[in-house]
Amino acid sequence: MPKLTRWYLKSALVYLAAALLLSLALALPPSLPLPAFIRAMNPAFFHLFLVGWVTQMIFGVIYWMFPIISRARPRGNEKVGWASYLLLNGGLLLRVAAEPFLTTRPQANVGWLLVGSALLQWLGVTLFVYLAWPRVKEKYRGE
Amino acid sequence: MPRLSRWMIRAALVYLWAGITIGGLLLAHKGVPLHPALWGWLPVHIEFLLIGWVAQLAMGVAFWILPRYWNKPRRPRARLAYLAFWLLNVGIGLVTVYLLRLAERPYLLAGRAAEVGAVLLFARHAWGRIVSREGLG
Repeated sequence: MPKLTRWYLKSALVYLAAALLLSLALALPPSLPLPAFIRAMNPAFFHLFLVGWVTQMIFGVIYWMFPIISRARPRGNEKVGWASYLLLNGGLLLRVAAEPFLTTRPQANVGWLLVGSALLQWLGVTLFVYLAWPRVKEKYRGE
Repeated sequence: MPRLSRWMIRAALVYLWAGITIGGLLLAHKGVPLHPALWGWLPVHIEFLLIGWVAQLAMGVAFWILPRYWNKPRRPRARLAYLAFWLLNVGIGLVTVYLLRLAERPYLLAGRAAEVGAVLLFARHAWGRIVSREGLG
């Protein structure tokens, strides 16, 4: 299993645990004194689960198991893969922190953080699609 | 990787890219308002990513890696799986047209019916391939 896949899969498991932990907190009765920041994390829960867990799990397995391009460059440009991983995770973590902050303190001028998060995640996914596309092919049978 | 899997996985990657593009615009709009009509695209974002990306990718990979039969046809009832591909994507298209308020409710119903049909056809194809090494179902 390549190193990038290990990072994707282990990160995915951490996000799954974090998402379900957050869902537990969100399920607590409203009478309990939970910080408003946590109460505003419903969208963060969905995206921790669907981007952090589901999508990253898929990305890791695709990078590992899809047909190789060639013996010389089996999985394409590895640097593009790492850039995708870092951009996606940076963007997701930025969203998880910035979105509830913006919800609970709308007067704070931090809306641009969400723009940054959107851009980072979009770039991460775009790079991954670019990396995976040539590997959607028949089995490699030599040059 | 068989041809149908290539079609399904490439379509799934296109839906992923389109879905994340819409999602990115929505998230950016939440931080810095871009256009009030953008929120109307939220259901399309969800449709593309859950049905177009996750469900279709899983079907494409399943068609590829589920155990094959020893004798031909090695992937039985493959026509059902091909039909599932077309039905699923037509279904997503019809649902999307409705979600963007370009058509009335019958489009939504037809689209959802097509998606259900696609899943049932694919399940019929895949069912016999979900077996143990000894061929036990």
